[in-house]
Amino acid sequence: MYTIIVGGGDVGHYLARILLGEGHEILVIEKDSRQIDLVSEELGDVVMRGDGCEARVLEEAGTARAAMLIAVTGHDEDNLVACQVAKHKFNVPQTIARIKNPTHKALFEKLGIDATVCSTELILARIGFELPSHPIVPLIKLRGQGLEVVEVKIPAKSKMVGTDIASIQLPERSRIALIIRKDKGPLIPFPDIVIAAEDEIVAVAEPGSQEKLRDALAGK
Amino acid sequence: MNVVIMGCGRVGAMLAGLMDSQGHQVTILDVDAYSFRRLPSNFGGKALVGNATDHDTLKKAGIEKADVFVAVTQGDNRNVMATQIVKHIFNVPRVVCRIYDPIREEMYRELGLETISPTRMGAERLLQVIGG
Repeated sequence: MYTIIVGGGDVGHYLARILLGEGHEILVIEKDSRQIDLVSEELGDVVMRGDGCEARVLEEAGTARAAMLIAVTGHDEDNLVACQVAKHKFNVPQTIARIKNPTHKALFEKLGIDATVCSTELILARIGFELPSHPIVPLIKLRGQGLEVVEVKIPAKSKMVGTDIASIQLPERSRIALIIRKDKGPLIPFPDIVIAAEDEIVAVAEPGSQEKLRDALAGK
Repeated sequence: MNVVIMGCGRVGAMLAGLMDSQGHQVTILDVDAYSFRRLPSNFGGKALVGNATDHDTLKKAGIEKADVFVAVTQGDNRNVMATQIVKHIFNVPRVVCRIYDPIREEMYRELGLETISPTRMGAERLLQVIGG
């Protein structure tokens, strides 16, 4: 599968390494010659110099036969334009963009970019998870299902500690998928398992019902 | 008319001054307050520091009541992105976007944006002057 990566910074570099390792045919498009040297020194002749937002550069890169274009420069606007040019000029079936500003997600979706990954949101969620006041973290969106995989940390003072799984009232369409217990690792959520303090619960829920889920599990 | 202009370079500042003197309500945005030195001394509109690809900045600039939005920063992609936010998220009736790169300009025109390419216009005008 031919995949084009626009942006050869840290994210582009590591992504290229992973995709190459999986046997993909890849090309990294990068403007900065220092970054090009860094990537090509390790990965070989997989970098093209140029602006991945320019139709002429993308044409030269053979974008018309690419199965995927992933734009991971540090600038939301450049990632947007690279994906839009790939879609509209070269009919690339799948475009993925890295974004920094979480409010941009709605625009990218509206303009037909197939997926966005917001680094700021991921970092904030991870940091938030370490704070006692934020016991729920979104992990992955399940495409087409309107569901999300989330992780809930059970605070020591939660009233659910000592309750078995069968008696927890979950919101509609929510399911507990996995329980990760300190020192014990992952446990399958059989109905008779009793929740312990500091359990990490991986659950599936609708985005709109996450607060209810948090209250049901972390128990206010 | 209620106008929001993004980018207070030579073109943005001049446009803001002209529209202000014609009695329109003008708000101009730039990421660098130093750019506002280009505004005429009698400019009666609002000048705000901020990036117009940010929703909060746009709201502060009164985008929800704007009739027209014009993007004239140095960055083609920034202009394109801000214009699409204003058009598709805030539904401003008229948005105009400057794009230097003629190829990109053509594509965004096809996608329904009102675009201006000074590169194309300048070249065509020069050709006319030279008499080619």
